[in-house]
Amino acid sequence: MIQKKLTLVETAPAAGSLPAVQIRNLSKWYGTFQALKNVDLTIARGEKLVICGPSGSGKSTLIRTINALESFQDGQIVVDGIQLTRKPEDVEAVRKRVGMVFQQFNLFPHLTVLENCTLALRLVRGVSQKEAEEKALHYLGKVRIPDQAHKYASQLSGGQQQRVAIARALSMQPDIMLFDEPTSALDPEMVKEVLDTMTQLAGEGMTMAVVTHEMGFARQVADRVVFMDRGEIVEQGVPSEFFSNPKELRARTFLSQILH
Amino acid sequence: MHYADNVDYPRLLSRPSVYIPGLGVLFGVLVYAQAGTSSIGKVLAGLFGLADDPGFAANLLVALLITAVVALNVAMVMRLTIRQQMYVVWAELAVLVLLFFYSFDLSFEFIRRKIGFLLTQGLMTTLYVSAISIVIASILAMIGAIAKLSSNGIALGIANFYTSLFRGLPLLMQIYMIYLGLPQLGYVINAVPAGILALSLCYGAYMTEIFRAGIESIPKGQWEASRALGLKPRDTMTRIILPQAMRIIIPPTGNQFIAMLKDSSLVSVVGVWELMYLARTQGQTEFRHVEMMITASLIYWILSIVLELIQGRIERRYNKAQTR
Ligand SMILES: Nc1ncnc2c1ncn2[C@@H]1O[C@H](COP(=O)(O)OP(=O)(O)OP(=O)(O)O)[C@@H](O)[C@H]1O
Ligand SMILES: [Mg+2]
Repeated sequence: MIQKKLTLVETAPAAGSLPAVQIRNLSKWYGTFQALKNVDLTIARGEKLVICGPSGSGKSTLIRTINALESFQDGQIVVDGIQLTRKPEDVEAVRKRVGMVFQQFNLFPHLTVLENCTLALRLVRGVSQKEAEEKALHYLGKVRIPDQAHKYASQLSGGQQQRVAIARALSMQPDIMLFDEPTSALDPEMVKEVLDTMTQLAGEGMTMAVVTHEMGFARQVADRVVFMDRGEIVEQGVPSEFFSNPKELRARTFLSQILH
Repeated sequence: MHYADNVDYPRLLSRPSVYIPGLGVLFGVLVYAQAGTSSIGKVLAGLFGLADDPGFAANLLVALLITAVVALNVAMVMRLTIRQQMYVVWAELAVLVLLFFYSFDLSFEFIRRKIGFLLTQGLMTTLYVSAISIVIASILAMIGAIAKLSSNGIALGIANFYTSLFRGLPLLMQIYMIYLGLPQLGYVINAVPAGILALSLCYGAYMTEIFRAGIESIPKGQWEASRALGLKPRDTMTRIILPQAMRIIIPPTGNQFIAMLKDSSLVSVVGVWELMYLARTQGQTEFRHVEMMITASLIYWILSIVLELIQGRIERRYNKAQTR
């Protein structure tokens, strides 16, 4: 019966009008190299954002600053109304609200699929073993990993592993999901199953920031496309506009390359 | 083999280009070493009436016989399955080692008389000195490794100094320095705690490096996934990183345990009545050194085998997730 009530997204937005993520004037340096240059970006609640751009343009760096996997030197980030500092309580609060899916899946190889999904629920949210397993199984069902819950990650295909990674992030019931090139490490025939899962997630109202070069997905799902180059947001707009009529030369060059 | 290819290459020892030179070398070495004059050689030569003439003919004959036996043995063993081969070869080599010991013309009566004391006093002391030292060394190593990977300058300084000092000084020196040096500072320490302290500190320093390397071998993505899920640093370490690092840490740590078991014999220099000390002193009284040394050696060997078996079990447990 718990199963019926749960959907992919079940946490209610904290405050109706508050943006999910507000990034202002963000700059980041690796030593003397500036990876992000005065980036301004607001992600509305429920918005699906696709971030694209050439390799090394700072896409990963940008979304990884949102859950403090990367530090930044200047500017500010506000997630769900929480100003992100280096204080443990701020970072913990933000990470509880933000789920992340990595290019390399990063499943825990020493744990079963189910344990991958329940560990953080138990340790971070203090949920009981039984309840955590129910929740995890629910999300594993959602990403269509049927009865593989007791296998180890190495026994699954790449596409299955990435869907487990999505279920693992969703089990924590985040408000915002970050995806860093979730299909780039997959064989072509497995890309679709992962994109379908993400499309389904989007349909249920999750706030999503997705770094991807899957332009079909961007066209179909994104509310907005952000194009980055050399640490800056160069252009952004609704997908139909951006893909058919990019204004900046750099965006045109990039699109002509990936759309061959 | 751990990861065999699916090609049936001709087995190494079935190739004439391998076994003919191999047997040739064996034969040559035996002749050169004057196999006919060895104790086994004399017996063999005697069978052919050459016992009283340990000359070139006897050497040739004995070398030929031994080479033939080896060739026959290899040919037979090669017909067994890989597991059987492993055990048979192991047992044959063990028999050879025991024969070697046996050739010392030992007084078993003396061994029988002394072995009880060797076990109850010597073995017990060796065991508990080693066991306590292993536990303390592991704890020190864990603390040392985490300190070395921390961003705390003081912890880093202490840990680096610790591993440098205790890996840098001979263990024997450390034992003397703790046993003789601490009383100079006004703290009288008994021989057993001094030995345990020295072993723990020394092996803790070696194992710090093993633990550090093991932890560092876990990919960055594992830390990131754990952090992104909101796990606290301690949970990330104990639930995600260490269980994976264990696979890498265990084999060299097993090595260290076995080495420590035998290095515990060094504490005999400060008069701890452990296995080595007793083996030396008990043999002295009746000039039966060899008996006691061989007995002690066999006991050490058996202990090492037990540790090897335990290590194998633990390795299999930590490997189960990854090898499927
Ligand atoms: N740890 C680091 N140290 C130094 N420079 C770094 C580091 N990580 C990233 N960079 C640099 O920062 C820039 C942005 O990197 P980032 O990974 O964000 O690019 P990206 O847009 O995600 O590229 P890709 O499409 O290849 O993933 C690159 O020029 C990269 O070389
Ligand atoms: Mg990237």
